[in-house]
Amino acid sequence: MKNDWAKYIIVFFITTALFAVAGSLSNFFTDKKIAEMRSIQNKLATDVLSSETQFSLLSELSCEQEDATDLSNELSDLAEKINFSETNIKNNDEVTELKRYYSILQIKDYLLAKKINQKCKSDLVPLLYFYTTANNCTECTKQAFVLTELRSKYPNLRVYSFDYNLDLSALKALIKIYKIDDKKLPAIVLNEKTHTGFKTVEEIEVLAPALKIPEEKVEGETKTTTKDKKNK
Amino acid sequence: MSLFMIIFYSLSFLAVYVQVFFLVTFIENRKKIFIRHEKLNLDHYPTTTIVVPCYNEEKTVAITLESLLSLAYPKDKLSIFVVDDGSRDNTWEILQAYKENPQIKLFKKENGGKHSAINWGIENATSEFVGCLDADSSVHPEALKRMMTYFDNPETMACAPSIVVRDPKTILQYAQAAEYDMSHYTKKMLAFLGGIHVTPGPFSIFRKKVFDTIGYYKKAHHTEDQEIALRMHRYGYKIDHCPDAYVYTGSPSSVPKLYRQRVRWIYGFIKNAIDYKDFFFKSKYGTIGIFTLPSGFVSIAGTVILLMFAGSRIYNFIFMKYMKIQATGFGSVFGNASFNFDPFFINTRAFLFISIILYSLVILALINGRRMIYGKKMVLWDIPLFMIIYSFIAPFWLLKAVWNVITSQEASWTNERDYLLTKKTL
Repeated sequence: MKNDWAKYIIVFFITTALFAVAGSLSNFFTDKKIAEMRSIQNKLATDVLSSETQFSLLSELSCEQEDATDLSNELSDLAEKINFSETNIKNNDEVTELKRYYSILQIKDYLLAKKINQKCKSDLVPLLYFYTTANNCTECTKQAFVLTELRSKYPNLRVYSFDYNLDLSALKALIKIYKIDDKKLPAIVLNEKTHTGFKTVEEIEVLAPALKIPEEKVEGETKTTTKDKKNK
Repeated sequence: MSLFMIIFYSLSFLAVYVQVFFLVTFIENRKKIFIRHEKLNLDHYPTTTIVVPCYNEEKTVAITLESLLSLAYPKDKLSIFVVDDGSRDNTWEILQAYKENPQIKLFKKENGGKHSAINWGIENATSEFVGCLDADSSVHPEALKRMMTYFDNPETMACAPSIVVRDPKTILQYAQAAEYDMSHYTKKMLAFLGGIHVTPGPFSIFRKKVFDTIGYYKKAHHTEDQEIALRMHRYGYKIDHCPDAYVYTGSPSSVPKLYRQRVRWIYGFIKNAIDYKDFFFKSKYGTIGIFTLPSGFVSIAGTVILLMFAGSRIYNFIFMKYMKIQATGFGSVFGNASFNFDPFFINTRAFLFISIILYSLVILALINGRRMIYGKKMVLWDIPLFMIIYSFIAPFWLLKAVWNVITSQEASWTNERDYLLTKKTL
């Protein structure tokens, strides 16, 4: 039977068109996601700036505004989205750009948290965490799990995570100050001291005695225990 | 983009290409597809012999013979040759009930494989047409007459029927029913394109002169029905498909049985394609060389790649969970799980949309296949069943078949039945 070459070509064009549709849809959603991240970031930037200003205005008068920098949840939400986009929107310069900007915001928030701590004797525990994406760092992945766990346990813990390999001068300065060695990652900085290598939940709890479980949680646990005892 | 993703996208492109090709063919030819509900009367009933090869078929052979005897076809024009290929069960004893029937001739021979049993029958046939019916299948009474109408075209040398799963009971059989229905569509489209690569064991009908010219069945890696079709293409013989000639076939009821059957089919396909490698991309062999055989390889490679893709995802997921347990203990993995759904985390890379397109085309193929066979009255609930079950298990038989090709391990029709017999006696 003779081959119908025209049909082979037409089908080729139809298939190409279908792939083009798939590609455009993917681009459309990627753009939407980047726009969403950018909008979160803009809001964060404004919030950080507002906190800084608020702090400058009020610091000499009062320390009542200790929640001024409570951006922790928004920061971690953005971090998750950037992380997801890094693995799922490959080679996208915009994602890297967002990550750079996000890192600066973290540094600013960190500096502000430190200032509040000094002036107001607040119980915030800022923790810097350095990881690498350049090589397959399984210890870094484990460290991230530990920090997530600690963050949910202790709301007064502020985790600021930084990709060691990110090309950002402010980050380079931070790395220099705390003498972070890329051969010994992951690394954490607590109370101005650098600790290298993987640290468990218990080890970090020892390193940061200021970490405390909020009162509602403690109360809840005590109540349960009393009830349990009654049942027994 | 990684090499893996380049391969993934290339194979996806080819897979979508194949489905679009079928769809365009369907749109072009849809008016030529017809289902006849009325009883036919032919001007001429050519003499026909149906060969029934049996090996350990004591359970089903009687049903097969009864259905052949019920065919609406003049009794003096239809002979049935039953060839017992050295069964080790009671097949031969059961066959004795038919020894007085003038339409049926019984033969018993030493075990030599299915192809030898069919050849034994064909050699003894003197009719204009010959066909074969596996002893686990039965036919619709009108099937033979309907198929004969396709031979009005003197160029048609063989005609394949529509194989339907007989009385599905298990979930796996329902899934197979859906798969078979999709294959009607594929087969009919390939018939329009002149590229059918298999004349299935259950009830394909040939002009006897096909065998006189090109020779009899060969062992052909235990898929003699594929090899004979390929050989016919070498001689430029036309193979057609009759959608309303229904053949009901027993289907494997459990995963191990299905697995063995499919390993044999895929292994046979690959080995036969290798034997006929000179067909590939040669326009003189038409669709079979340009389209059918290459697309078979695309689907095998595509499924294997998809398995690797899914496997790496699953491995990654388990590895991350393992790391989490290592880092923070069991409690953190199972406790305080939050299910805050954020559409942001739906992966919207191109492969998601390509998969949606491909799956939609496959579903459309299945619906078209069903419509071709049953008209508008059809069920659709088993389509997801087919897709889910086959996505999980098909890659394994494909991989095993590829592995067997590499290590030259033959699966066998006889072994398949011996295995069932051993299991039964145990």
